[in-house]
Amino acid sequence: MLNNIYNIFFIPEIFLACSSFVCLLFGLFLKKNAFRQTSNLAVFVLLLTILLVYYDSESNFANYKSLFSHSSFINFFKILALLGSIASIIISKDYFLGIKLKNFEIPVLFLFSTLGMMLMIASNNLMSMYLAIELQSLSLYVAAAIKRDSISSAESGVKYFILGALSSGILLYGFSLIYGFTGSMNFNEISFYLSKYDNLNLGLIFGLVFVMVGLAFKVSAVPFHMWTPDVYEGAPNSITGFFAIVPKIAAVALIYRFCLVPFENFYLEWSQIILFLSIASMFLGAIAAIAQSNIKRLLAYSSIGHIGYILIALVAANDDGIKAASIYMFSYMIMNVAIFAILLSLKVKNEYLINISDLKGLSKSNPIVSLSISIIMLSMAGIPPFIGFFGKFYVFIAAIEQELYVLSVLGVLASVISAFYYLRIIKIMYFDEGKSEGIINFQISFQSKIILFLSLFLIICFIFYPSLLINISASLTI
Amino acid sequence: MVLYSLTFYLFSSVAVLSALMVISAKNPVHSVLFLILSFVNASGLFVLLGAEFLAMILVVVYVGAVAVLFLFVVMMLDINFVKLREGFLQYLPFGALLGIVLVIELGILFLTDRSSNIYNNQTPLQPIVNEVENTKMIGQILYTEYFYLFQICGIILLVAMIGSITLTLRDKGGVKRQNIDSQNTVDASTAIEKKKVKIGEGI
Repeated sequence: MLNNIYNIFFIPEIFLACSSFVCLLFGLFLKKNAFRQTSNLAVFVLLLTILLVYYDSESNFANYKSLFSHSSFINFFKILALLGSIASIIISKDYFLGIKLKNFEIPVLFLFSTLGMMLMIASNNLMSMYLAIELQSLSLYVAAAIKRDSISSAESGVKYFILGALSSGILLYGFSLIYGFTGSMNFNEISFYLSKYDNLNLGLIFGLVFVMVGLAFKVSAVPFHMWTPDVYEGAPNSITGFFAIVPKIAAVALIYRFCLVPFENFYLEWSQIILFLSIASMFLGAIAAIAQSNIKRLLAYSSIGHIGYILIALVAANDDGIKAASIYMFSYMIMNVAIFAILLSLKVKNEYLINISDLKGLSKSNPIVSLSISIIMLSMAGIPPFIGFFGKFYVFIAAIEQELYVLSVLGVLASVISAFYYLRIIKIMYFDEGKSEGIINFQISFQSKIILFLSLFLIICFIFYPSLLINISASLTI
Repeated sequence: MVLYSLTFYLFSSVAVLSALMVISAKNPVHSVLFLILSFVNASGLFVLLGAEFLAMILVVVYVGAVAVLFLFVVMMLDINFVKLREGFLQYLPFGALLGIVLVIELGILFLTDRSSNIYNNQTPLQPIVNEVENTKMIGQILYTEYFYLFQICGIILLVAMIGSITLTLRDKGGVKRQNIDSQNTVDASTAIEKKKVKIGEGI
């Protein structure tokens, strides 16, 4: 209970919202170094929010008219999103200063987007879900177009905005159908209403399909993935990093909650959609990435592929599935933080690295950097001692327990195909002839170095003490 | 009841006619004005239905914002509207075809037997008839039950504002701005400088 009115500020979402306003004003009134100081403040605010989420055992915010919900699963994903956002703000700071893009609004937009993600993960009502998605993506549309003198950045922003608005429209139409046929917008009430029926009627199926399409767009699952490579390519590298690391976490959590809370009794209806999305994403992610020469497009296709594996765990729809998804999401975040921390500090001829072929001969000039890239790539491909393996391993275990043998075989096949392009990067670094001495240089700030070391440490050393994360994720309830 | 149907037919016929004028008027500014007339009549229809809040929102949003925006665009951009109108006859048959399809669909809708509804076993949701007017009811729900959502809407608007300012505001160099404070603090000691000028030389 609230025994003091000021305790309301200790609710993580309200705290984050208020401190985002403070950050905005802070940046506005600072004359010098506004960008750097606001970024530091934003990181500090996000750290405090993690503490609040962690210690917030009984959330009044969640219980209020059940617009938002509260569970261990939600808290886990909230902390994951906050961690991802902290890491991406830290690693992108030097990049922004390097390309002279010093708008203090960038960290503020990241904060608002993170707020939207926290609300998205916790939402328990169709309306709060919609508003949270809008808050999250509106900030990202602006962020994608933030480099306004570059045509590609503007293009990616407009493309993301138009397609995002379209998907929101489809999502809203689905919501209106679900509301019309069940008479409620609350997840639990929808579930209660539907428990009286054996199968969904046509209108509800339509609503479900529309909402699935909208959500598939947000997680960029095939066939709604078209925007991902273009937006990733056009946006400034550090914004791409944020896109790759954080919003996926929230969207995956939301798609899990949407399938498993209101429609838990209608597994057959939604699992077909998710099954298709998952298989298509895995294979398209694996095959389309082979031909890419731009590292950002390659990472975009790789993230599409990863989403496919996470959706396998959703099709499994058992406790192991939830466990697998949280482990996979954690490993996905760590690997992306590590790779972007390196990408945002690698310069080729004073330009930030874009082409994969520029990595030629990196092993001679920067052996440590190329070794770290190799480790991350092997981990992304799912090669055993690294963390990426565990994500895939638990996903396939969950699928096999649910007797989805064909799906798991397809998943392994796609994983083998995708190993090709991850290994190709290693091959370029180690075996292609080329001079990189003096051409490629690696400058990294102290803070990003810490982030990079931490994430590499987790990637390598996860095998020695996996039980910590596994026990946490096994105890999650939706 | 007669008055009710009379007003209904008045509003709806003016709405339809002005909608027709929107696409047939020669002058684009007239088109926009007819669009506004059509919106206002549509909001009159909402009032007749007892949805006065929707009616006011329609006027505020569509007339106050959207139509005025149209008017701005039409007046400020140099669009050749004669050229836009070219090919009207060319597309007429296609448009007429679409219109006929719509009319047939509407006819089918009205002619089908409503009682053969497949969802008969489910009781349809009934609107709650209440004495409190709906603006008040929306307010009562919006600021109590959905207070958090209302606040989130506010944050979304704030983000939209931050976004549009960040993406468009430019600091131009070389612009002379009036500094009122420094102008007011000028006194004789700083404003006037005494110099000794030598004969036959400049300063």
